[in-house]
Amino acid sequence: MAAPGALAQRVNGWARRVPAWPLYAFGGLYMAWLFWQALNGVSVEPIDWLERAYGITALKFLVATLAVTPLRKFAGVNLLKFRRALGLLVFFFVLAHFLVWAILDVQALGAVWADIVKRPYITIGMGAFLLLIPLALTSNNASVRRLGGAGWRKLHWLTYPVAVLGALHYIWLARGFAIEPLVYMAILLGLLATRLPARRVAAA
Amino acid sequence: GALGAASVAGPALAQPLEPNTFEEITTYNNFYEFGYDKSDPSRYADAMQVEPWSIKVDGLVDNPGDYTVAQLLEGLTPEERIYRHRCVEGWSMVIPWTGVELADVLGKLGVQEGAKFVAFETTVQPENMPGVQAGVLDFPYVEGLRLDEAMHPLAILATGLYREPMPKQNGAPIRLVTPWKYGFKSIKSLVRISLVEEQPPATWNQTNPHEYGFYSNVNPSVDHPRWSQATERRIGGGLFSSRQDTLMFNGYDEVAPLYEGMDLVENF
Repeated sequence: MAAPGALAQRVNGWARRVPAWPLYAFGGLYMAWLFWQALNGVSVEPIDWLERAYGITALKFLVATLAVTPLRKFAGVNLLKFRRALGLLVFFFVLAHFLVWAILDVQALGAVWADIVKRPYITIGMGAFLLLIPLALTSNNASVRRLGGAGWRKLHWLTYPVAVLGALHYIWLARGFAIEPLVYMAILLGLLATRLPARRVAAA
Repeated sequence: GALGAASVAGPALAQPLEPNTFEEITTYNNFYEFGYDKSDPSRYADAMQVEPWSIKVDGLVDNPGDYTVAQLLEGLTPEERIYRHRCVEGWSMVIPWTGVELADVLGKLGVQEGAKFVAFETTVQPENMPGVQAGVLDFPYVEGLRLDEAMHPLAILATGLYREPMPKQNGAPIRLVTPWKYGFKSIKSLVRISLVEEQPPATWNQTNPHEYGFYSNVNPSVDHPRWSQATERRIGGGLFSSRQDTLMFNGYDEVAPLYEGMDLVENF
């Protein structure tokens, strides 16, 4: 772990004083604000707009969640206390994304199921969503105690396939050459790469 | 053209078409030269140079050459055509175009014996088009129709909508409209019309032949590989608008004889 620099120390000092709960409030308000915008003419196609807005926001929180460990490892910035909230916000935005898709967009249970089975990019997105469920369910102190630190950490490796599947889902959606989905994939893969054992990185 | 707006509405329609608003039609567009986001064309198309404008006519025609829009339309009277517009992505609009029948323009140009297809090309202005700079597709955007499709009275060259000159994001100054096909066939901002013998390349078909066929007729029973084409959502219904059934040929059954005997699953 890197020795924290002056800036990192200031951030750490600030992080010690600030509680994590406002993140949930921010996430909830942001979700409601996006919904309000969709209701009030942000786009002439608000269903598609909202679906995308929730999906992109989930990816942003995913990037933030996965950035916590490398920030600590390489910059000595300790934001660990915010990670659970960030991770849960990923889950809630993916849930909202799924609900907008299923209820407002596809509008029929049979068609929802058909799409999940038939369309690979939707299968992938659904897979990422399902992998997030055990993570969300065990994101409380009681579960951490029950699973034990090692077991809990092992379970949370599921975050890595979620990241890859989520980015792939976004890439696969595009018609033509779209740069943003590729940028998300690059950032997420970069964040995953920082978790490779140091000696393998050094040997490369 | 002999057909008025009312007569081309199509037998599938019980009630008259209610056009989308000007704002809807001009702020939700696919025009990949300006980017892949639906709001990119209305944001960036202003930079496109449409004055002067020249359309090259070549190939198997009696009167080849470089035409202005006025020259191309000389002697023809633009009329209003209220058409349904079905995007391959699963949304739709109703648009009041102003235009002339493509057949009348081709008649003026003098289609020669041996011409079997019409090829179209969109302008490329890299310095004015962020999507071209980003390489979103292989530009120039090209499209094509079989000659009998091009001669069908439903196919028009449109120069305006809502009785105003064509907005840039909608394909100023002149574009194709083929309402029984997915929207991407209705190529925008034309700079070239060629009469050719062989089936010409079409951009989306070349980009992804598995997903976009040459014909691209609206067909609810042939899915896009990544989504169903059975239903569509009419733009303008808000957050709780329901899907509606997509109609064969987008409801324009009068084009069916063009495809008699063809396997429309094979030739999607």
